[in-house]
Amino acid sequence: DFINRSQDELLTLFSVFHVIHITIHLTWCFCSSWWGGVQMGPPDPILGVSEAYKRDTNPKKMNLGVGAYRDDQGKPFVLSCVRKAEAVITAKQMDKEYLAIGGLGEFTKSCAQLALGNDNEVLKSGRNITVQTISGTGSLRIGANFLSRFHGPRDVYLPKPSWGNHTPIFRDAGMQLKAYRYYDPSTCGFDFKGALDDISKIPEQSVIMLHACAHNPTGVDPRPEQWKEISDIVKKRNLLVFFDMAYQGFASGDIDRDAWAVRYFIEQGHNILLSQSFAKNMGLYGERVGGFTVVCNDAEEAKRVESQLKILIRPIYSNPPMNGARIAATILNTPDLRSLWLEEVHGMANRIIKMREELVAGLKKEGSTHNWQHVTDQIGMFCFTGLKPEQVERLTKEFSVYMTKDGRISMAGVTSGNVGYLANGIHAVTK
Amino acid sequence: HDPATMSVFCEVPQAAPVAVFKLSQDFNNDQFPKKVNLGVGAYRTDECQPWVLPVVKKVEKIIVHDDRLNHEYLPILGLPEFRSSASKIALGDDSPAIQENRVGAVQCLGGTGALKMGAEFLRRFYNGNNNTKTPVYVSAPTWENHNAVFANAGFEDIRSYKYWDAEKRGLDFAGFLGDLESCPEHSIFVLHACAHNPTGTDPTHEQWKQIAETMMKRNLFVFFDSAYQGFASGSLDKDAWAVRYFVSMDFEMLCAQSFSKNFGLYNERVGNLTVVARDADNLKRILSQMEMIVRTTWSNPPSQGARIVAITLNSPELFTDWKDNVKTMADRVLLMRAQLKAKLQALGTPGTWDHITEQIGMFSFTGLNPKQVEYMVKERHVYLMTSGRINMCGLTTKNIDYVAESIHEAVTKVQ
Repeated sequence: DFINRSQDELLTLFSVFHVIHITIHLTWCFCSSWWGGVQMGPPDPILGVSEAYKRDTNPKKMNLGVGAYRDDQGKPFVLSCVRKAEAVITAKQMDKEYLAIGGLGEFTKSCAQLALGNDNEVLKSGRNITVQTISGTGSLRIGANFLSRFHGPRDVYLPKPSWGNHTPIFRDAGMQLKAYRYYDPSTCGFDFKGALDDISKIPEQSVIMLHACAHNPTGVDPRPEQWKEISDIVKKRNLLVFFDMAYQGFASGDIDRDAWAVRYFIEQGHNILLSQSFAKNMGLYGERVGGFTVVCNDAEEAKRVESQLKILIRPIYSNPPMNGARIAATILNTPDLRSLWLEEVHGMANRIIKMREELVAGLKKEGSTHNWQHVTDQIGMFCFTGLKPEQVERLTKEFSVYMTKDGRISMAGVTSGNVGYLANGIHAVTK
Repeated sequence: HDPATMSVFCEVPQAAPVAVFKLSQDFNNDQFPKKVNLGVGAYRTDECQPWVLPVVKKVEKIIVHDDRLNHEYLPILGLPEFRSSASKIALGDDSPAIQENRVGAVQCLGGTGALKMGAEFLRRFYNGNNNTKTPVYVSAPTWENHNAVFANAGFEDIRSYKYWDAEKRGLDFAGFLGDLESCPEHSIFVLHACAHNPTGTDPTHEQWKQIAETMMKRNLFVFFDSAYQGFASGSLDKDAWAVRYFVSMDFEMLCAQSFSKNFGLYNERVGNLTVVARDADNLKRILSQMEMIVRTTWSNPPSQGARIVAITLNSPELFTDWKDNVKTMADRVLLMRAQLKAKLQALGTPGTWDHITEQIGMFSFTGLNPKQVEYMVKERHVYLMTSGRINMCGLTTKNIDYVAESIHEAVTKVQ
């Protein structure tokens, strides 16, 4: 009886405390925040590299994380053709009226011509729709949203590895990601057999993402014969091809050569999706200049697709920013500016290629016995050195050379002034 | 492989064009010499020309001649000088919330982009995680893109709150309050900070106070859309009264700002999502999550427009120039309102036309019905939205008589 009474009392006590607790909790919530449960987002790994670099006081420090071109003095490079185009534009005193949802017509037309070649049958028949986008990211996002709405639920296959932002972009758009073999760490080269093997097993109608040139992050591109076989197997499997071309001109120095795979696939009958960025090849990073193209069966289909792309774009940002697109269009459509641009992009690509050669030469000079051929075999801004995380850590701690943990370096951060130092450091941590 | 069987997009239907842009297109194709475009919401001079603000021209020259400037990526959240000065414009220089370090911002692609970022954030983190069922309320009527922005961000339940009273051509305040009282707790409300689009009808200060009180009581979320600050009354502070009042009442809230109209920077896509949080710690976590959302949408925002605004707002001289330019625009609109009303009254056009001068900002809800609108467009070549919304900026001293006559005809000939 005593125990029962105590239990009753205990229960009452508990109930009272419970009610008081809830009341306090509710009151606390009222004076508190809607966002108490919002976690701190994970730090961006690449930004983290830049921040750490900034804090370092070593005068010999090198930032090989950043994916932006630097000249041989390590400075950002504003292309002359860009400055000239800006002067032309300023003189015209144009208004600032809204662009159409799909962007600046002169830009989208020349953007498609640049990728496909002026004489491409696709352009002649008007069976492509090209919209201006917020650089490469915006283009991929619109593409992902379009696929999610009109080609779902199908998976997107990325090369392993791929640009870090591909996955969250497609995921946010509601698509599932899978991968096909691509990079072979044992050769620091292309796992051609593995790729073909994996691609041959991809379910029909899935989306396959291909890097048109200068694969990010590895710098490893298929050779033309290999592209041909990839095209064949992709056709056999009836896969939808999505090309990401962020480095046209920047990879080999030749815009047509860098677009070869894209044009070959179209020739072979693939109706591709294509994302283009002018961030690197025109140095227009912060102006956010890009294009998204869908190659359709015919002009009628292209019109339908265009109307749907507009419906996707409007609730995100209504219409795209003018400045960068106007600069790009002016360059592409003014003969002497276009020639100047081709020279300058060739110059940027050449400097990168030269730095690759000097790095390998430097490593040899240091006495390294490793095979560094992949450094010159790889192409574009990035180089997958093959360095292991522990080696990367040493390189950063002991030499103040900053790069991402996966061993990726941005060749743009290498100059004739510091390539010797880099070779010395890499040799030290790998010997 | 037959290409005809290979298309994955053969089923893609043709989407309807966005109405306001189709209207402009039709206007452009029209050959009638006296045609008037009262559709899209952009400022026009009395010569019916777009107007690049003199201060903007000045600043663009500064930028083009500054060799230190380049085209490098902005940070993910945007240009810091832009974000902070833009938030100050909305909240006031001396805002206690700013002093308390609990105000942050995300530079976005125009007002649309700011709404988008806010909507995405709310969908992920408000009222639970990924609670797509939280009701979102937009005014009846509202800017036609509001619905799509929130729907595309994943919200499944978008409703309207009573706002426009067509009969009395004013605010249905009782209806508005009623919806605030009866809606589900935690609902999100999109409020127009000033110069309501499309009606031009704003609550009075007293009404805003009641709205705030009710929203606080019912735990509703405040999301301001501020696209016309300065443009409505000519005064930045006056136009920001409602936003600042809500901040002073301690709401945690979002405010989407557009600099398209008040800076005339339409095509440079300059917007700012101001975040007012409970404290600095909340703000930090919120912004870190905003970065993730930005990263998968546009990575980082465009630099040109933000630079222009930042340079202007951070220079006392240029700031004064800008305020003058804004007042020029606002004053012209006020003049057109006064003249249109006077002409309609002089014509003896049936109905009352006080609402033309009582309404504020770029737009006026004329009260014309769809049939009358059709008459205006087809017979008179005066282009306006089916809702009866006109852009006052499309009116000039040269076309105002023709427009007044057209309205007169539409009202008298068409029921």
